Amino acid sequence: MERNQQLRRQLASMRQSLFDQGHLDEQFILLEELQDDANPNFVEEVVTLHYRDSARLITTIERALEKSPLDFNKLDGYMHQFKGSSTSIGAQKVKAESTQLENIARQEMEKAQLHLLELMHSFQVKTLSKNNNNLICMNPSRCMKTFQLLKRDYATLRRKLEAYFQLARQAGPNEIACRPK
Amino acid sequence: MGMITDSQFHVLAVDDSIIDRKLIERLLKTSSYQVTAVDSGNKALEFLGLLNEDEQTNSQVIQVNLIITDYCMPGMTGYDLLRKIKESASLKDIPVVIMSSENIPSRINRCLEEGAEEFFLKPVQLADVNKLKPHLMKGISKEIKEPNNINNKRKGLEEIDSADRTRTRLNDTIDINNDGLPDLEIV
Repeated sequence: MERNQQLRRQLASMRQSLFDQGHLDEQFILLEELQDDANPNFVEEVVTLHYRDSARLITTIERALEKSPLDFNKLDGYMHQFKGSSTSIGAQKVKAESTQLENIARQEMEKAQLHLLELMHSFQVKTLSKNNNNLICMNPSRCMKTFQLLKRDYATLRRKLEAYFQLARQAGPNEIACRPK
Repeated sequence: MGMITDSQFHVLAVDDSIIDRKLIERLLKTSSYQVTAVDSGNKALEFLGLLNEDEQTNSQVIQVNLIITDYCMPGMTGYDLLRKIKESASLKDIPVVIMSSENIPSRINRCLEEGAEEFFLKPVQLADVNKLKPHLMKGISKEIKEPNNINNKRKGLEEIDSADRTRTRLNDTIDINNDGLPDLEIV
């Protein structure tokens, strides 16, 4: 009994720090509210789906970032998925970083668009041969840096959440104690 | 559309993200709706096609009272799905709600003009799901007319994203955006 109370307190403070440190936002609370006796593991189930999604996307993005020149259209698509997934579980930091990457991709596409147009006008051609070298990436390092941050924060969140759910299992049901005000 | 079992509205949810499907399904179930979740517009039409067949043979097994769909999906977008539904004689009366993670006023307008009842910004909240009830009720009794509350349907229309996702069309062939319009053709 005593031990259980201790565990619960530990659990609550773990949870609070996830919010305080900005890893999670109020969307996570919505997930908790959707958990009940009929769906006792809802939060962990959703979070696990997110891990699967994210792991796959990170690998895909890494591969895409190795290509030269970068295919920003594809990158934009991947980041959009990543952002959606993080938003849905309340992964605040990861969401912010994927938004940033998405914006970078879109800005780069805009620049490439303009650049292509300039080329078209100067050469007066209506169609272009498939020549990806026309798409010049202005800032490859910006992409990389933000992506490294994203990977780091994703890994941190995953580690902390896994520890949290493990402790929750030890503490037994009713582990969702108090909510932050 | 026939008899519906005691307050068991059936909602068809369409989203390519497995997480969002799980979320919307759970949200809908808290309101005691019956839910079928599919991962694409094509699967949705397939499912609804079954509905048609049953109607024709007068043995109503499946009935869909509302369709809620994500906007951004590979292949058929939520908008494409909306149009197909509104163009179908048998399906056009089913209320359709669009969800999107992006707050793009022109996109929202387009969907509402095409006949979507609501446009929810993701992540969808319980409060949003509560807004579905009147549309579901409307499906049963066609005499009840809802006023056209365009203003209430948009969330955050005033906030225009500073990252500026609306692209200017530089000429007829170039248009890089997210809503399935043709991208630059490179041969």
